[in-house]
Amino acid sequence: MAKRTPLYARYAALGAKLVDFGGWDMPLHYGSQIGEHHQVRRAAGLFDVSHMTIVDFTDPAPTRSLLRTLLANDVARLYPGKALYTCLLNQAGGVIDDLIVYDRGDAGYRLVLNAATRDQDLAWIAPIAERFGAAWRERDDLAMLAAQGPEALAKLETVLGAETVAAVRTLKPFHALETHGLFIARTGYTGEDGVEILPPVTEAPALWDQMVAAGIMPCGLGARDTLRLEAGMNLYGSDMDETTTPLVSGLGWTVAWEPADRDFIGRAALEQQRAAGVPQAFVGLVLEDRGVLRGHQHIYDCTREIGQITSGTFSPTLNRAIALARVKAGVSEHCQVDIRGKRLPVRVVKLPFVRHGRALIV
Amino acid sequence: MSSMIPAELRYTESHEWVRAHDDGTVTVGITDHAQHLLGDLVFVEIPEVGRVVAAAEGCAVVESVKAASDVYSPVDGVIVEVNEALAENPELINEDPYGEGWILRIETAATLEALLDANAYEVIAIADDEDEDIRSLANPRLVE
Repeated sequence: MAKRTPLYARYAALGAKLVDFGGWDMPLHYGSQIGEHHQVRRAAGLFDVSHMTIVDFTDPAPTRSLLRTLLANDVARLYPGKALYTCLLNQAGGVIDDLIVYDRGDAGYRLVLNAATRDQDLAWIAPIAERFGAAWRERDDLAMLAAQGPEALAKLETVLGAETVAAVRTLKPFHALETHGLFIARTGYTGEDGVEILPPVTEAPALWDQMVAAGIMPCGLGARDTLRLEAGMNLYGSDMDETTTPLVSGLGWTVAWEPADRDFIGRAALEQQRAAGVPQAFVGLVLEDRGVLRGHQHIYDCTREIGQITSGTFSPTLNRAIALARVKAGVSEHCQVDIRGKRLPVRVVKLPFVRHGRALIV
Repeated sequence: MSSMIPAELRYTESHEWVRAHDDGTVTVGITDHAQHLLGDLVFVEIPEVGRVVAAAEGCAVVESVKAASDVYSPVDGVIVEVNEALAENPELINEDPYGEGWILRIETAATLEALLDANAYEVIAIADDEDEDIRSLANPRLVE
């Protein structure tokens, strides 16, 4: 039996096309995936992401030591209200999951992890947390709603009140505040302005209704995937997993090498890979022809196979196919992709493809 | 999900529709049910005119944002015309699957008796809705 979030009845009533996502019944789209994509780029969209795993560590001191060992990014860079994107690595430097950690000051730290990886994440974290004496609990009493898009904050005024929205507007990206029993973070997975709101499960349906009434249009995971890909954001399980390090997944920027004596799990393996020379690059691709790029398609530099697409799609904003790919280091700008036996030209580009509604690719 | 299944057409189990013409040709497209399952179409790979095709042979590919799916020829024959408008406007298949969204025209000597009629196809479409595990269209599943 698939798991259902507290918003299941809402999207079922809206006639959503449902999809199994990591054991959860989630909305793929509510009619038009492309329409929902444009809605987020141009106005405001609403995503139920309550399937994600939320874990609270309540004791700041031992948790700080724990997280400095557990995570490749360094929570010493945090201060109350600040968040950090990081990888959770195994000893070989492989990515067990990617997550966001929030510093909640005296209340401790909050981790938001992927839904599909929940079991292995908690099995990995639990014994290490115990060693550090850091108590934690899973917050399945919290839901999570993402309001994303250039008009998201304006539309939230009737829902959260002008005063709260004014406070949210003072938050820089990757910062959070807590007010009236809501945890509100200026984070997201779309490349647009917006917030992720964590209400108690019991209040989530009413909050959803108010947000929909305020004109924040429900959007499915399909649009969430095309939005994150345009924004050049990785998807766990497609773009990286336990067999790939952050260094070959475009996530080198999330690894805190300094201070050099911080011995986080996976550090030795990453240092070895860095010293030997990182063998692969993680790049953006744009298809120069008609067609759609998909995961696992092979990339060629003339006759030489140089790598594979890790995730690809049709970009509604650019009206052409785009992809993230892992290729041999030092490839040329013009490559080819094999689509059903035909070699079509692709261009290697800098990420992201789109940011704040604007195409960054010519 | 209810979908349109015109009574005058013939169908395949792989969700193509077939319209017979007096001149010995048939027009082929994908059903309303199929376009619903695929979602917004963004690309159609159309074959070359003059290609000889066998029944059940893949002869076109329709791609939505989430999946690529083969279109199978319902009959033996020769492709005599393709819908060039789909190159620029693949969404015609979503908007008008039995009209402007036609995919190709095949000259054939085959009779259409062996193909499904609307009633038989409706049974297949309803069964799909119940178990979602369909044969020729990629089952929409996001990769975690």
